[in-house]
Amino acid sequence: MRWLERLRMRIQMLFNRGDAAANLDDELRFHIEQQIAENIASGMGADEARHAALRSFGNPVLLREQARATWSWNWLELLLCDIGYGVRTLSRTPGFAAIAILVMALGIGANVALFTIVRSVLLKPLPFQDSNRLMRLYEQSPDDKFPYNDSAGGVFAEWKKQSRSFSDLAILSGFGGYNLSGSVEQLPEGVRAAMFSWNVLPTLGVQPALGRNFTANDDKPSANPTVLLSWGLWKRRFGGNPSIVNQTVLLDAKPYTVIGVMPAWFAYPNAAVQLWTPIYYQMPATEMNAIDSHDFVAIGRLKPGVTETQAVSELTLITRRLHDANLDNPFVSKGASIRPLLESLVGDIKTPLYVLLAATGCLLLIACLNVANLLVARAAARRKEQAVRTALGGSRLRLLRQHLMESLLLSACGGAAGVLLAIGVIQWVVHTRHDMVRMEAIHLDGVAVAFAAGLVVLCALFSGLISSFTAKGDNVLTALQESSRANSAGHGRTRLRAVLLSLEVGLTVVLLIGAGLLLKSYARLRSVDLGCMTRNVLKMDFALPEARYSKPAQRANFFDALLERVRNLPGVEAAGFVSPVVPGDGYGGDSGFSIPEHPAPPRGKLLYALHRWTDPGYFAGIGIPILRGHTFDGTQQPGHATEVIISDAFAREYFSGEDPIGKQLLSLGHHPFEIVGVVGDTRFTAGEAAQPSMYFALDATDDMNNATLVVRSGGDVTQLAMPIQRIVAQMDRDLPVSGILTMDQVVGRSTQDASFNATLLMVFAGLSLLLAAVGLFGVLSYIVAQRTSEIGIRIALGAQREQVLRLMLLDGLRPALVGLVLGLAASVGTARLIRSMLYGTQPLDPAVFTVVAAMLVLVAALACMVPAWRASRLDPMQALRME
Amino acid sequence: MLILKTLLPEPMHGWAIGKRIQQLSGEVLQVQQGSLYPALHRLEQQGWIKAKWAESETGRQAKFYSLTAAGRKQLEAEPPTGAVCPRR
Repeated sequence: MRWLERLRMRIQMLFNRGDAAANLDDELRFHIEQQIAENIASGMGADEARHAALRSFGNPVLLREQARATWSWNWLELLLCDIGYGVRTLSRTPGFAAIAILVMALGIGANVALFTIVRSVLLKPLPFQDSNRLMRLYEQSPDDKFPYNDSAGGVFAEWKKQSRSFSDLAILSGFGGYNLSGSVEQLPEGVRAAMFSWNVLPTLGVQPALGRNFTANDDKPSANPTVLLSWGLWKRRFGGNPSIVNQTVLLDAKPYTVIGVMPAWFAYPNAAVQLWTPIYYQMPATEMNAIDSHDFVAIGRLKPGVTETQAVSELTLITRRLHDANLDNPFVSKGASIRPLLESLVGDIKTPLYVLLAATGCLLLIACLNVANLLVARAAARRKEQAVRTALGGSRLRLLRQHLMESLLLSACGGAAGVLLAIGVIQWVVHTRHDMVRMEAIHLDGVAVAFAAGLVVLCALFSGLISSFTAKGDNVLTALQESSRANSAGHGRTRLRAVLLSLEVGLTVVLLIGAGLLLKSYARLRSVDLGCMTRNVLKMDFALPEARYSKPAQRANFFDALLERVRNLPGVEAAGFVSPVVPGDGYGGDSGFSIPEHPAPPRGKLLYALHRWTDPGYFAGIGIPILRGHTFDGTQQPGHATEVIISDAFAREYFSGEDPIGKQLLSLGHHPFEIVGVVGDTRFTAGEAAQPSMYFALDATDDMNNATLVVRSGGDVTQLAMPIQRIVAQMDRDLPVSGILTMDQVVGRSTQDASFNATLLMVFAGLSLLLAAVGLFGVLSYIVAQRTSEIGIRIALGAQREQVLRLMLLDGLRPALVGLVLGLAASVGTARLIRSMLYGTQPLDPAVFTVVAAMLVLVAALACMVPAWRASRLDPMQALRME
Repeated sequence: MLILKTLLPEPMHGWAIGKRIQQLSGEVLQVQQGSLYPALHRLEQQGWIKAKWAESETGRQAKFYSLTAAGRKQLEAEPPTGAVCPRR
């Protein structure tokens, strides 16, 4: 049973190694003493016996090592020995170790963070059953401007009735919120809500954590009101009490029965939603059956065996049939399209995230090159030590292994620190961009840690192997000699370091140009003119609950009274109301219109414009110029709206060459309106051009419970927020105010993506510039040290200090310039890849390229200045004496 | 192999094994005495021989090696060859 013996030996060798070593010593000593005894017995003297015994025995040290080499777990012993040795050598140069570990930590940390984000957001499947069969259904707008348009309720109903490709189809709406109240101790709060048809959860394959889902009976207009709570809301506001099921809460002063609580991880359609109500109960039947009002999100689960293309063609057929049966209605879609649900959620942020991932990859490469550079310098300083070790019998492989072990130790420490850094970065990202999709899915898990470990090994190999290339050319003898500053010894290393540095600088230039382009893009975006005043303008959103403000007169009274009191506040220059959104805060919706005095538009041309409802003082309040005509005259009665104001773009497109004032428009259900004024254009978001817009009188509409107050002040407008809220509380105690932002902040929100991307890329570029500068400094110092005697000779022979300075500067700048050229060339290619993220900026923007090149040359010159200056100040006697 | 054959009759310590091998090879083999020990340790790690510390003839503790069952079987299987180091 040999294997038993071997096992026993292995265990013994693992745990009793010390004992075994002592025993080996005893054993060898015993042998030698026996031989000595035999020698003495055969007549030799004591000393002679000893010498003869040792001679015939061999080298005990070598034999002991050979015997130990046969022991099992020898590889482990060598490994531990290498690690111990590596730790000791590194701790002798703590400065070098600290810098290398820091550089590695930056590179690895950034990569792990972004890898986690990309994986969690883009690659991880949605947490639903068989999520790859879940599809988002779209309509294609008839003028082909919006191929992925929201669905109309009536069209969805037809899809549900006729389609055979889906095992389940459901409809939902992500917009909406309620004023949640109901308990005496707690203040009312505005919560975001979504509306689900009863089969949304079955389609997704999700069950509520508590209670039950909506049934088909709950999803009817005549049903009792029911609501589902989010886990977070349940924990926070209701104390996590399981008896919440079947209790009543007040939403907008109306009682709803809580029928269930969603699981903690559920965040559909987005993480801000905390309440779900049945859509067919909540929305009026006219809207749910309309075929031309695209307000809803439709999802479906493909039947097994059905492909996307089959489903699309079937849906398009159904839509087309509906379109052809309603040719008089130009807003009925002609076709349909579908996308996998995951892609519909994250498709927009794919490119920016991948660009950021590539940037971190560049940063890691730069970090590795930097550490390799540092290791080469270190190896040069330890040439003598390596020579001694080689002379003592160290094989090349063993020396390489120790060198790699040091590199691995640096990487491992850097990796551990990097993982900690990544945790911090991820938390920061989730905190600042909690509006981004799938933020709740981001977790640092085992895969990310394994990725970090893989990066550690890769970086260690990369840095270690590259820096060990130079060890080949060393002649042991010359290295051991005292006067070993022969110039030839440094050339190989110098060239290697210069090459590494050029690569570093090239990558840095690529990052810098990317960052510069994004920064310019962001600046352009941020400075775009929305068309109204943004300084010292405040906005506040109101949602008047149906229960208390059901009549138009009540609403009008509230808004008018509030306006009057706000206008009388000290510091308020102007105020007004607008609905649904202020400029820069989103599309806000559109309506079709027709101009009876014009000829009918050709088939396929849709007439629609953005719709807004305002009070007469809004335009003056927010600083939109009135170009022609006048604002609403304030005599409009609720229910009898007759006036409309159009934007300049509207006038240019539909009334070019004629005065629109006094002309008629049919809109909002073919009601006639008279155009009484033309106002300046506004953008609905910073990155888009101004669209034609129509403004209606807020007071005169039938159902406008949501409005936004805008207030302009001469000084700091944020001081007015509290006084205005107090006024509101006096007028209606239970009415919450939400969305209190200055217009500057609104613009900031709409440029948030660009700002975030530009900031991150600038941080990476800045870091890599710093690393490149430090690397440049190190390389030139090294070159100067190598050529000290040469410089001494030059100075002694009469070279001026400035000449030496210029010589050294050029030597140092050469790799930087080579790197600059490489980087510019590479940027020509990579800049095109980020074209989709740019606004108002060409990928090959000459200004950005020039600035980056100039900055790099400046930084390089500064980095080279110190060593070059030191070289020019060399005392030739000292330099020559070192020879 | 030679070591295994040497240990066939009785357990021995390293010194005695060396002496016996010298005798068997007729004083022809003049290897370094110490090179026996790496071989002994390799055999022990592989389970052909096992070791025990016991009192030697001089009164000192010494490491005595003896064949294991597997080692014995190995000897019976292989034809005798004149090699100091085992095949494996």
